[in-house]
Amino acid sequence: MTTQSETGYRSEAAALPVGTPRHHMVIFAVLLGLLLVAPSVLYPVFLMKVLCFALFASALNLLLGFGGLLSFGHAAFFGSSSYVAAYAAKAWGFNPEFAILLGVLAAAVLGLAIGALAIRRQGIYFAMVTLAFAQMVFFFALQAPFTGGEDGIQAVPRGKLFGFVDLSSDLTLYFVVVAIVFGALLLIYRIIHSPFGQVLKAIRDNEPRSISLGYKVNRYKLAVFVMSAALAGLAGATKAIVFQLASLTDVYWTMSGEVVLMTLLGGMGTVFGPLVGAAVIVTMQNYFAGFGAWVTVLQGAIFVVSVLLFREGIVGVLAKWLKKPL
Amino acid sequence: MNFKTLILASATSLLLAGTAMAQTAIKIGVLNDRSGVYADLSGEGSVIAARMAVEDFDAAGKGITVEIISADHQNKPDIASNIARQWYDQDGVDLIVDVPTSSAAFAVNEITREKNKIFMNSGAGSADLTGAQCSPNTVHWTYDTWALAHGTGSAMVAEGNSKWFFITADYAFGQALEKDTTAVVEAAGGEVLGAVRHPFPGTDFSSYLLQAQASGAQVIGLANAGGDTVNTIKQASEFGITQAGQALAGLLIFITDIHALGLETAQGLVLTESFYWDLNDETRAWSERFAAENDGKKPTMVHAGVYASVLHYLKAVEATGGKETEALMASMKSTPTSDPLFGEGMIREDGRKVHDMYLFQVKSPAESTGAWDYYNLLATIPAAEAFRPLEDGGCAFLAE
Amino acid sequence: MFELLGIPPQALFGQLLLGLINGSFYALLSLGLAVIFGLLNIINFSHGAQYMMGAFVAWMLLTYTGINYWWALLIVPLVVGATGVVIERLMISRLYHLDHLYGLLLTFGLALIIQGLFRNQYGVSGLPYSIPAELSGGTNLGFMFLPNYRGWVIVASVVVCFATWFAIEKTRLGAYLRAATENPTLVGAFGINVPRMITLTYGFGVALAALAGVLAAPIYSVNPNMGADLIIVVFAVVVIGGMGSILGAILTGFGLGIVEGLTRVFYPEGSAVVIFVIMAIVLLVKPAGLFGRTQ
Repeated sequence: MTTQSETGYRSEAAALPVGTPRHHMVIFAVLLGLLLVAPSVLYPVFLMKVLCFALFASALNLLLGFGGLLSFGHAAFFGSSSYVAAYAAKAWGFNPEFAILLGVLAAAVLGLAIGALAIRRQGIYFAMVTLAFAQMVFFFALQAPFTGGEDGIQAVPRGKLFGFVDLSSDLTLYFVVVAIVFGALLLIYRIIHSPFGQVLKAIRDNEPRSISLGYKVNRYKLAVFVMSAALAGLAGATKAIVFQLASLTDVYWTMSGEVVLMTLLGGMGTVFGPLVGAAVIVTMQNYFAGFGAWVTVLQGAIFVVSVLLFREGIVGVLAKWLKKPL
Repeated sequence: MNFKTLILASATSLLLAGTAMAQTAIKIGVLNDRSGVYADLSGEGSVIAARMAVEDFDAAGKGITVEIISADHQNKPDIASNIARQWYDQDGVDLIVDVPTSSAAFAVNEITREKNKIFMNSGAGSADLTGAQCSPNTVHWTYDTWALAHGTGSAMVAEGNSKWFFITADYAFGQALEKDTTAVVEAAGGEVLGAVRHPFPGTDFSSYLLQAQASGAQVIGLANAGGDTVNTIKQASEFGITQAGQALAGLLIFITDIHALGLETAQGLVLTESFYWDLNDETRAWSERFAAENDGKKPTMVHAGVYASVLHYLKAVEATGGKETEALMASMKSTPTSDPLFGEGMIREDGRKVHDMYLFQVKSPAESTGAWDYYNLLATIPAAEAFRPLEDGGCAFLAE
Repeated sequence: MFELLGIPPQALFGQLLLGLINGSFYALLSLGLAVIFGLLNIINFSHGAQYMMGAFVAWMLLTYTGINYWWALLIVPLVVGATGVVIERLMISRLYHLDHLYGLLLTFGLALIIQGLFRNQYGVSGLPYSIPAELSGGTNLGFMFLPNYRGWVIVASVVVCFATWFAIEKTRLGAYLRAATENPTLVGAFGINVPRMITLTYGFGVALAALAGVLAAPIYSVNPNMGADLIIVVFAVVVIGGMGSILGAILTGFGLGIVEGLTRVFYPEGSAVVIFVIMAIVLLVKPAGLFGRTQ
């Protein structure tokens, strides 16, 4: 049964060619430009939230869109890193850069442990196993004394970057977050287009063939899992510093579902899809918050519509339309 | 304050209002649970209550324009913190009210202090809001865990139920509730035989109930909340726990929970609240108006607290003729509170609103005359004893 | 806290029995998942929501039409199963040519919609549903007071599970079903309407979830979120059991209920995680699950 799933979720958008298409560079440049002027129009805290989730979704996309592995438990990495960073900044008085780094490290180690077990199963089982492990992490977060239980870790100091850049101003922090997220996105882009990324895609498209070609498939899967976990951790730790809060929401399984939704909606296996997906979903959550449970209904409906009619996602459809990989 | 000064005060405020008729515009944010376990006890009802307060105060006639907005924090501190931040930064909100769920209340408490606005909590329980985490910008109106633990705990022990066993939700709030009540029970000469911590949220409590039964305790204290409490009570009735002679003490339970449980299941339960719609003519009249707007559902003490706190805030706005935070807080704390729902009271320096608390017992189906006729009043706990003494709270900003 | 080893055997029996009751729900739910997965190759993420729907429809029948529990046991699975049939026809059937994960994502979305709609309509305080008069009260077993209703849950669950197992493993219809999972084209060539069989199977799996919901309604409060967390535990049960066999789903369901029950006595704080811990161990030792077939 599981062998069937190895055909992977090849994105229906065109596969990415090797090398860096020029229009990608243009898009990155335009994106950076937009990010730099955005805070004069929009609320910086909202923008930072979009950015953190864009990174989180891109991290998942690295695993799902390019590694062909659907993790339904990525909140575990996002959340635990957010807790570690918050704790380091608050209880030990770490500078924000070290707090974030420690969070990323924690997420990577956790990714190694969970990944090593999870890659033993494939397809849907993989999704369920990651979900179950994430649930364990959730219970740990709920009960461990240092996480503050349901209160979370509140009033985390934003601190001073490198000891001298005061981050208490939203605008200063915004540019730091732009730097972090943009850098991470470029890194993900680099990974996808490296020889490693090519092997990943080969495994995603046809695992048995990759095995027969002599690739140590599990090693590649584990490696991309850990990278994805670490990047999700980066997003979580940054979010903790921005919102001065680490809470159970960050580790709960609905968070894992949300980030899958963002990736799916934007277009899995595309470079820019997760950014668009994250922007749409976060905007929706922010501005529809007054409608209570209708937000959940709407998210569910977006899931259903995306799966039934719109599997390439927004950016995937655009890419098809422009006949260029995005 | 004697009668003369009262007249003087109102005269000056009238004068002020007359001279400074220059429209004060106030924006009140009702932040609570509109979709989760506390949606019934807070939710839209709190918005209705806030609106009623604005109408009853005749704000428009006094030159104060009030806009009320609301949002759902889903009982999550992160969402509460986001909304509060955005309300203060972007939407020009001056006052946030309600905020059930202690973790969310702590988050709003934190942001409100940072942005120097005002937070009047009605829905949350943790006594830390006026203790370890107290803030000069916060008023805690309706109740707190200390008051509930004391009301229920000491009353039960006084009746001779001295041996306790706790079923506690294994999270910070549940543990705090257990700790507070244990202290009360032991201080009153009772004894705690044991406790069991269940994962939060839970669905099946039968195992813990059997453990509680085996302990031989007279009282099973339920240090959990919302759906967990409802389920525990339901299953206790199913397993014949109460029939076998053990009493249940709900440490955080609201009239909407009783409504959900039904009297058949909930009868005999002892609980503490600061408001019941059927206390006197004034509460009945107000509750009737409230119910007319709230699908016939009677108000909870949280709704009552939102009404009363908004009313008191508006009085301060009128008295100070503006919305400057320090002046408003000073005015609210120096003016005694008076409203039809909680009667006379005051706001202490640490932000604790002080009023009488009531010990109720849930009626049996035979005693009840119909829907919402649920409580028998067992005792009134006078304001002076109902809340934790100021000096025991450890509120830091008072020492400064 | 209790003395760990000081628990009298009677108390232990009581806890074992309680574990078995919870296991009954796990077994019914994981059985439904296993049946659906067996034929459709879809992990039905909305299973928890459909379990919740079962409880709600029973409540609605009683509240709005006065139809009692016993009729609800019959009507509710049919009604909720019928919604399952509609969902399969309109949505899931469009996904068979795609990767199975799309099925998981689709049903996840459906779960969000269903839960959101019920939350909007009924709030989340929980609605009361009384135990039917015939089963109220309890029996003193000597070591514990067993509410009659809980005893009934065990019996009902065992009977339904066994009947399902028998129907699938021992009857001709079941043989077609099993054959269709292996090779739908061939079975279709024998003149059997495979798509209809698939549709009805999904409906049946959903009906099992709804039945579990009706059974749960009088014990747990009828609440829009009642299935949301349960579904993840059931997923873990399924991973532990392995999807290979119907019997595996049933036995694992009951077994893990008991394990969880024991944890509640010895280490209550850990009772929510114990199933996940077992899952991790099983994955290490036997990746295909206890009863699963290794590919």
